[in-house]
Amino acid sequence: MENFAIHIHESYLYGLPLSVVNLIVMFGAAFVVLLGFVAPFAGLLSFIERRIAARIQCRIGPNRVGPQGLLQFLADGVKSLFKEDLIPKVADKPLFIIAPYLVFLGMFTSFVVLPFSSQWIVADLNVGILYLFATAAITVVGLVMAGWGSGSKWSMLGGMRSAAQIISYEIPTGLAALTAILLAGSLSLQEIIAAQGPHPWQWYFFDNPFTFIAFFILFVALVAEGNRAPFDLPEAETELVSGYNTEYSGMRFLFFFFAEWAHLYVLGAILTTLFLGGWQVPESLLASVGAESIAARILELVFFQLKIYVLVFLVVQLRWTVPRVRMDQMMDMCWKYLVPIGFFCVAGVAIWMMLFPDGVSFVKYLLIAFSSAMVLYYFYKVYRNFKDSRAELELNPFV
Amino acid sequence: MGIQTEEMMLNMGPQHPSTHGVIRFVVKSDGEVMTEAVPDVGYLHRSIEKIGEICEYNGFMPYTDRADYLSAMNANQGYAMVVEKLLGLEIPERAEYLRVIAAELNRIISHILSLGAVAMDIGAATPFVLALKEREKVNDLMEALCGQRLTYSYVRIGGVSYDMPPGFIERSLKFLADFEPFMDEFENLVPENKIFIERTAGVGVITREDAIAYNLVGPNLRASGVDWDLRRDMTYSVYPKLQFEVPVGVGSQGVVGDSFDRFIVRIKEIKQSISLLKQCFAQIPEGDFLGEIPRVMKPAVGECYVRTESSRGDMGYYLISDGSKNAFRVRIRTGSFTSMSIIEKISRGMMLADLVTFIASLDVVAPEIDR
Repeated sequence: MENFAIHIHESYLYGLPLSVVNLIVMFGAAFVVLLGFVAPFAGLLSFIERRIAARIQCRIGPNRVGPQGLLQFLADGVKSLFKEDLIPKVADKPLFIIAPYLVFLGMFTSFVVLPFSSQWIVADLNVGILYLFATAAITVVGLVMAGWGSGSKWSMLGGMRSAAQIISYEIPTGLAALTAILLAGSLSLQEIIAAQGPHPWQWYFFDNPFTFIAFFILFVALVAEGNRAPFDLPEAETELVSGYNTEYSGMRFLFFFFAEWAHLYVLGAILTTLFLGGWQVPESLLASVGAESIAARILELVFFQLKIYVLVFLVVQLRWTVPRVRMDQMMDMCWKYLVPIGFFCVAGVAIWMMLFPDGVSFVKYLLIAFSSAMVLYYFYKVYRNFKDSRAELELNPFV
Repeated sequence: MGIQTEEMMLNMGPQHPSTHGVIRFVVKSDGEVMTEAVPDVGYLHRSIEKIGEICEYNGFMPYTDRADYLSAMNANQGYAMVVEKLLGLEIPERAEYLRVIAAELNRIISHILSLGAVAMDIGAATPFVLALKEREKVNDLMEALCGQRLTYSYVRIGGVSYDMPPGFIERSLKFLADFEPFMDEFENLVPENKIFIERTAGVGVITREDAIAYNLVGPNLRASGVDWDLRRDMTYSVYPKLQFEVPVGVGSQGVVGDSFDRFIVRIKEIKQSISLLKQCFAQIPEGDFLGEIPRVMKPAVGECYVRTESSRGDMGYYLISDGSKNAFRVRIRTGSFTSMSIIEKISRGMMLADLVTFIASLDVVAPEIDR
C-alpha cells in the first residue's frame, strides 16, 4: 500500500506531503473495503435472513428487486437514505447522532483482521483475536449511548440491557476462544488457521472433547453478543418497543441493522477461524489449480465463505424458531453455566495438551462420528417435516 | 450511605406492541423489576352500550361485533339470545345448530390467535404467523357462511341471516381434518419448547381464590383450577345435546394457574371445539334457519340478563325494555374487563418481561374492555 501511496504521490498529488497522501490512500482503501466488502456481506445476509425467515413462516419474502430479490437491500438502503432523519427534542443530540456510527465502527473495524484467504487479509495482527473482541466491545459504547441519548425510558432500558449482556458474554467468549489459542500457541488468526488443517480431523473443533464444548460456548456467547434471538433482549420488540433503536429513523436506523448483520458475518468468521479450519483447502485441490495462482486464493475464499454461511444459516434458523429468554435467565446462563464450563474447558485443554501432545486420533474420530450423527439427524428431521407437511388447503370458493 | 435511587415511572402504552390494542399501563419499575403496573383503561371506549339505547333491537347487532371483534359470533349470539328471551321467541333448531357451529369456529380462531400472540410476546415470531395462516382458512369458511371475515353479524334475532352454502359441511370437515394435525404440530412447537416453558411456568400465578374473588371468567378461570363452563353448567342453545369436556388447569409445570396453564387450557379448548363442530355437523337437522319474527320488535316492559360462554369467558347481556322500539338500557359484561383488574395485584414484583407474558396469557382484547 505504501508503494501505491508513493505512486499516487508522484503521479497525481505531488503538491502534498507524502504523509498526507498516505493518509488519503489509507482512507480511500478503507472506503473501498467498506463499500466492496462489508456492505455486500451485510446486505446479502439481510437478504438471506429475510428469505429464510419467510420460508419458516410460510411466506415468500422479498423477491421483486433484482433476481429473486437479491438487490432488495440496495433498494432498502436507498429508501432509508431519503427518509427524514428525526432527532427527538429531548434527545442528547451529540450522543444520539454519534451512537450509530460507533456501533457500526465496532463491527466494521473487525473486518480488518478477518483472514479471507491465506494472503487476503488487511492486517495480520499478532493480537488478531484480542483485537476482534476489543472492537466488538466498542459497539457496547454505541448501544449505551443510543439508549441514553434517545431520551426515552424504553431506549434506556434497552441500552442498559445491552451493556449488561454484551459485557457479561465477553467472558465466556474469551474463555472459549482461549482453548483454540492454547492449541495454536498464537493470537494471530492466520497462525491459528495455519495450525489447523483442511480436513475435519485436523480442525480444532474435533481436536478434543474440551474444544468441542468450547465451540458451542463460543457459538452461544457470540449469538448473545450480537443481540440475536433468543438473546435479543436489548431490542426486544414486544417488551421494550424496539429497545435502543426505538427513536432512530432513516440512515441512522439502518446503521444499527447494518452492524447487526455484519456481526452475523463476523460471528461465522470467528467460529470458522478458531475451530473449523478457516480457509484451509485440501492440498490436492489446491495443487490442481496451482498453489500460488489467484484461483487458489479464490478457492480458499469460497471454502471460508461456505463454512461461514452454514453457521449463519444456523443462527438465522435459531432466531426464527425459538422464543426470547428473560434477562435473569440470560444472566444465569452466562455466569452459572457458560463461564464455569468455559474455565473447565480451558483447564481441560491444557491438561489434554500435557497428556497427549500429539492428540488422540480415536477421540477425534469419535467426535466426528458424533457430529455427523447429529447432522444426519438434523437432515432426517428436516426430511421428515418436509414429508409430513400438509398439502395446501384452499377453502375460499371464490379463488 | 447508599446511593439514592428512585423508582422510574414507565408509560406502557397506549401505543405499545404488546398491549394488544389501546391499553395503557402505568408501570413503576426499579430497572427490570417493577413494583406495580396499574392498568388504565378507557382509550377504546366507543359508547357501544349507549348506542344500544338509540338503535332498534335489530340495528344493534352489528355493534355487538365491535364489542369483541375477535369472537364476533359469540357476541352476536349472546345479544340475539337476550332479545329473544325478552320477546319470548322460539327459534328453529337448525338455526341453533348454525349458531353453535359459527360460535365454535369463532372460538377456534380466537384462541389460536391468542396462542400465537402469547408466543410472539415471548419473542417467537413464527408461531403467530402459523396461527394466522390457520385463522385465514376459518375466515374463508366464515366468508362462505355469511360474507364477512371479521365482523360477521351472522346471528339475527330469531335465527341466523343465511343458511349454510352447499358443500359447507364437507369444506369444514376438510378443514378440521387438516387442522387437527396442525394443533399437534403447534403443541409440539410451542409448549414443548424449553425456553417457552421457562418463560411461562410460574409466571403470573392466579390462585383459585383470587380467580374467583376477581371474577375471572372463561379459560383464565378454568386455568386456575375452577371447573366452570357456562356451556355445561348453565347450558343454553344446543349444548346439552353435545358431548364435550371442560379442560381445567392442572399445573403441569408445578403451579396451577400460571401462564403456561392458561396456554394449555386454550389448546385443549380448541380440541374440544373441534369435537363439538364434528358433532354439530353430524346432528344438524333440516329446517328453517330463521324463525317467525315480529316485524316491529316491541318487547314487553321488563329486564333480562343472558350469559354465554364467549371465547374470553362469560359474556353477559343485560337489557331493560320500556316497551318501545329501543332498549331502555343495554349493558355488556365482558371477560377482558375483569381480567384487567387482577393485573395490578398479580404484577407486583414481577419482571417487565413477565408482565408482557402475563397480559398476553390473559388474552385481553382491548375493544372488549371498554366497549
